[in-house]
Amino acid sequence: MIWSYIPANAALIRQLTIENAVLGIVPAVLGLIIAVPVGIACVRWGWLYPPVLSSTSVLYALPSLALFIVLIPYTGLTDTTVIIPLTLFSLCVLVPNVVDGLRSVPEPVRQAATAMGFGALRRLVQVELPLAIPVIIAGLRVATVSSISLASVGQLIGVSSLGYLFIDGLQRDFPTELYVGFVMVIILALAADLVLVLARRLLTPWQRRDARAELRVSVRPGTLGEGVVR
Amino acid sequence: MSFLSFAWNWLRAAHQWQGSDGIPVRILEHLGYSGLSLLIAALIALPLGVAIGHSGRGAFLVVNLANAWRSIPTLGLLVLMAVLLGFSALSWLIPLVVLAIPPILVNAYEGVLGVDRDLKDAARGMGMTPWQILLKVEVPVASPLIVLGLRTAAIFVVATATIAAEIGLGGLGRYIIDGLASQIYPEVAGGAALVALLALAVQVAFVLIRRVVVPVGLRMRARSS
Repeated sequence: MIWSYIPANAALIRQLTIENAVLGIVPAVLGLIIAVPVGIACVRWGWLYPPVLSSTSVLYALPSLALFIVLIPYTGLTDTTVIIPLTLFSLCVLVPNVVDGLRSVPEPVRQAATAMGFGALRRLVQVELPLAIPVIIAGLRVATVSSISLASVGQLIGVSSLGYLFIDGLQRDFPTELYVGFVMVIILALAADLVLVLARRLLTPWQRRDARAELRVSVRPGTLGEGVVR
Repeated sequence: MSFLSFAWNWLRAAHQWQGSDGIPVRILEHLGYSGLSLLIAALIALPLGVAIGHSGRGAFLVVNLANAWRSIPTLGLLVLMAVLLGFSALSWLIPLVVLAIPPILVNAYEGVLGVDRDLKDAARGMGMTPWQILLKVEVPVASPLIVLGLRTAAIFVVATATIAAEIGLGGLGRYIIDGLASQIYPEVAGGAALVALLALAVQVAFVLIRRVVVPVGLRMRARSS
């Protein structure tokens, strides 16, 4: 480990970290924007969910590198080529969580809202979606952390990220550069994760004391199975 | 030209299918690396996951492992091992095994932990020994999640083995990495198509494995619920 490498290359490391953050966060946000209406539709029309679920699990099995390459003829060697597949992966994680979150709203709560005169739309926006937030954010955490970590693979097709340090460090046979890249990806992922945990606490103040519920969400059976990878 | 026409034109050229770097050899290499890594990971993670789920000890570790796992940059880990260990079998085997362990471990843990207490009590009431309860009740009931964990790990390993071509490993990733280096897009597209097909084949294989491994009674329950 040659510590002087870090201050000497601070500007480069900062720039790569920002690029990596954009490539990781944009897909998670786009995934959320698409997953919420898709999830609502799957809950509203139950027959939609099985085909949506099986197509996302097939999509999820595809290696990210293969998907980047599929897009090269259409979007070139640009950020978009990395962002589209990572958005699709985020969707695969988020849609089941949106559906589970909405379905986890207790029936008495739904009926109480109806009895108070809430229409379907108002009940969805003011009651069901807020109660689904913990499960949706659990999915968003998986999507964000995986996207940040996967974005570095985009370096193989020349899309700049912290992956630059991996490729450059390999060519120069220079472990320090690899350590820096490795640690920065993990720090970036954990920082994004922390922000989402804090966001969840702010958005769902009623949950604050229920630490057990938090644990339950994060170890929901099959969460790791369905929501992961690469 | 579209991705598919590039890939198709490259794939149907006969010479790709022959010789020591032909497609059949590369597919077998890829399956070999993936299978070996998955086997070693399963030998480590299955007993450990079952033991943790059964005893409930070490659950904290498992939950954190699952969270930390997703943040590990696979390319970074592969490259780091290659630089530290030089190019040897260990430089790709260690990362592939390490990355395959968490999904297997966590799902085995969750599966065994989630077994209904009444079932275990009933088994004890029938006179089963603790080992019989574990092997004849808890593990079979947990088998859907155990297979899910193995499938996730397999998909992950196939994808990561592709990237491992960057540190000199054979397999289908060679076409992608070599094609990118020499800027021959048809070769890259052909390699990517083969990798995608292999990943889908692995998924189909696990649908079949699930059918064989998961007890009939559990499958019927899943269908009716």
